[in-house]
Amino acid sequence: MTVATDGIPEDTGSSHGGFKLKEWIFTTDHKRIGIMYLIGSIAALLVAGLMAMGIRIEQTYVGESGLIQYFVGDFAGNMTTGDAYNAALYFHGAAMILAFLIPGLTGFAANYLVPLMIGAPDVAFPRINALSLWLFWMGILVALLSFIIPDAPDIMWTGYPPYSITTSTNTAFYVFTVHLLGFASILGAVNFLVTIIYMRAPGMGWNQMNMFVWTTFAAFIIQLIFVPVLAAAVTLLLLDKYAGTNFYNPDAGGDVLLYQNLFWFYSHPAVYVIFLPAMGIMYEVIATMAKNRIFNYKVAVWGGIIGILVITGEVWVHHLYIAGMPNWIRIGQMITTLMISVPVGLMVISWWGTLYKGSITYSTAMKYASANMFLVLVGGLTGIPLAMTSMTVHLSETSFIHAHFHFIMALFATFSMFAAVYHWFPKMTGRSAEGKLADAAFYVTFLGTQLTFWPLFIIGIEGMPRRYWNYEMFPQFEPYHMVATIGSFIIAFGAALMILNWIKAAINGPKVGANPWKSRSLEWTHTDIIAGPGNFPKPVTVSEDWTPYDYANADGTPNTSN
Amino acid sequence: MKHKAHRFFASMLVAAFFASTPGMAAEIPNIPTPTEGWNTVWHEVLIDLWVIGILFGSLGAYFLVKYRAKDPDAVGSGKKLDFRQALAWCLIPCALFLADDFMLAAKGWTLWNTQRTIPAGSMEIKVTASQWNFTYEYPNGVEISSTDRDTDKNLFGTEIMDGDLVIPVGKPIVMRMISSDVIHSFGLTDYRLKEDIMPGRVTYIWFMARKPNISQVVCVEFCGTNHSGMYNRVVAVSKANYDTWLAKKKQEATLRRRTYAANIIKR
Repeated sequence: MTVATDGIPEDTGSSHGGFKLKEWIFTTDHKRIGIMYLIGSIAALLVAGLMAMGIRIEQTYVGESGLIQYFVGDFAGNMTTGDAYNAALYFHGAAMILAFLIPGLTGFAANYLVPLMIGAPDVAFPRINALSLWLFWMGILVALLSFIIPDAPDIMWTGYPPYSITTSTNTAFYVFTVHLLGFASILGAVNFLVTIIYMRAPGMGWNQMNMFVWTTFAAFIIQLIFVPVLAAAVTLLLLDKYAGTNFYNPDAGGDVLLYQNLFWFYSHPAVYVIFLPAMGIMYEVIATMAKNRIFNYKVAVWGGIIGILVITGEVWVHHLYIAGMPNWIRIGQMITTLMISVPVGLMVISWWGTLYKGSITYSTAMKYASANMFLVLVGGLTGIPLAMTSMTVHLSETSFIHAHFHFIMALFATFSMFAAVYHWFPKMTGRSAEGKLADAAFYVTFLGTQLTFWPLFIIGIEGMPRRYWNYEMFPQFEPYHMVATIGSFIIAFGAALMILNWIKAAINGPKVGANPWKSRSLEWTHTDIIAGPGNFPKPVTVSEDWTPYDYANADGTPNTSN
Repeated sequence: MKHKAHRFFASMLVAAFFASTPGMAAEIPNIPTPTEGWNTVWHEVLIDLWVIGILFGSLGAYFLVKYRAKDPDAVGSGKKLDFRQALAWCLIPCALFLADDFMLAAKGWTLWNTQRTIPAGSMEIKVTASQWNFTYEYPNGVEISSTDRDTDKNLFGTEIMDGDLVIPVGKPIVMRMISSDVIHSFGLTDYRLKEDIMPGRVTYIWFMARKPNISQVVCVEFCGTNHSGMYNRVVAVSKANYDTWLAKKKQEATLRRRTYAANIIKR
């Protein structure tokens, strides 16, 4: 079957030496770049998570907590509670999406896994890849500076004008963060599309690629098409605020809704830039741990992934259902938005079907994947009323919408990230991160997420508005906010256990063999446990009937060929 | 005899019913409102979600338990689908999903027409939003500012605040809305409605109260420091009480204008 190499030599002599900082800073190796993306995005997760704690603490009771100022670095108490809360909420949203989820999934996971999965020695343009990474780090730095400057942005991650133009706070920091991360994304998109198109191992057809490679391919097509639109939108914002232009100023002939249309024309597809690689990781983990072929692979790829790609540019108005758009377009995009259920449904069926007649071993990553089946159902199904214009006129801008996208993005995509770290931990470190601490962290985090977000669904249906630090008009919601806050503390505890476990395992976790999950995917079968520079000791070729998921022979016996 | 008594009591009951609501039944137009429409469709959507959720959820949970590895070296035995099976597993789910989508779209569209079609004989209130206040202008020129939280205790038994949006029961109300600075949104929580308010464009929303009640209108588009302080109550009262209130407000406004003019003359 996959006669690619004559077996792997004991020591290829090609592994990296000991730790040298200079080597890491100047590296063009996709694996090291991937790990540095991981470190940066987890750092963003922790800081933005801290902001989330501040937000939850502030909302626990009606009225001021007096604590939110400390979270945004205002120790002197110069800011009002409203301003400090808004600054924390801005940072939470912007950092979680732009600096954690997108770089975590398309930076870390794509960088680390795509070349290994397609049998390539590196990406097509390794130096451009390094440039992407450093642009990303600069973006994080600019975002973090907002805690030091006296006028931290308070414009939410959406930055709608006219508020973002008339506010006295520093919109430029938001724009420059988006610019830097946007450039990193566009360069990454070119790099990975070229890599996937031209650098697959000889013999690897499109329908033999890993699901994760497919989802990354689709995600980067989205980035390449839509990021420039966002860049244009925020650049016009910058000009309006600081150069006196009037693109978004209706008093001078501009259009007040133009920004929202441009912003969501990118930012809805951006949801799939997050969702698709997260789904890809789930497919990899599930197929590997269930030792089963992907159910209906071609339909999942061409109907599911490509289906999302086709539909993604025609649904952005569902973010503007109450924004004063013409009635006809709100109805037209209700229908396109509801039709998202078709590709997503095909992917979900393929996922469920992959478990059917599988042989499931529960690694930590598989536990996260099982939890994700629940999270994707809740997050996906609560999206259905939000697709309906006439339902959204009540649910929009309530904590229902807030709970919905936290289930699908903050929980589903983040659990996918965590699953990826656990699943490929042996690949990155040569050690296993499994164990009681990993399990405890998983169960604690899962419990915390449910406690935090279910109350928000309930009070959202009753009309609790989003982005409110005070809710004196709705004192009846206080107990629900209390439960949500307790949940957030449990999440924080679980996250701390998880990080502790990762650090512990990276330093002295038990060493594992070359293919601990008995995977059939190239990154496990054809490399050393820690892949050295150039990844593969010998160039990889795959045969016509090879797939990364051929666990069983035609007669049902385990496939042991290599 | 017994039969007659029965009929007598029944007619008394009917009479009592109408007596208790003099003229009300006739006054409240029997039209579909966005509020009741939303609640109905929401319950139908919830059923849809629970059915799909329980189906997929229980199937997934069953697979996770049933297909645990019996021995660590075992592999799964999922078959590769042939062309016809693969096509069937594509087209049948697609058809089912699309059927559900179009059913929901049809329900949503019907409700949407109710939400966006202003019924005849409605009353218009102009709304001007600014950071962080709603100003309401009634047809007779009375203006209410949502930030006035002073209480007017002695008005027909209901505690009315100066910033309350007071509306008559049984009258469709249209809010014509514009903003003087940034984007705001008019969120009528209990009426299940909201629409953004922005500079340069007039937007609208309509609703109707069937019974006297008190609810909230909140700003639901982020508008800065005091975003969460931008709210007031919506107080639905009977037509008679509404007229009393409006007349009192008109009187107050006239008085205020006269005092103001007198002050200027004095100066």
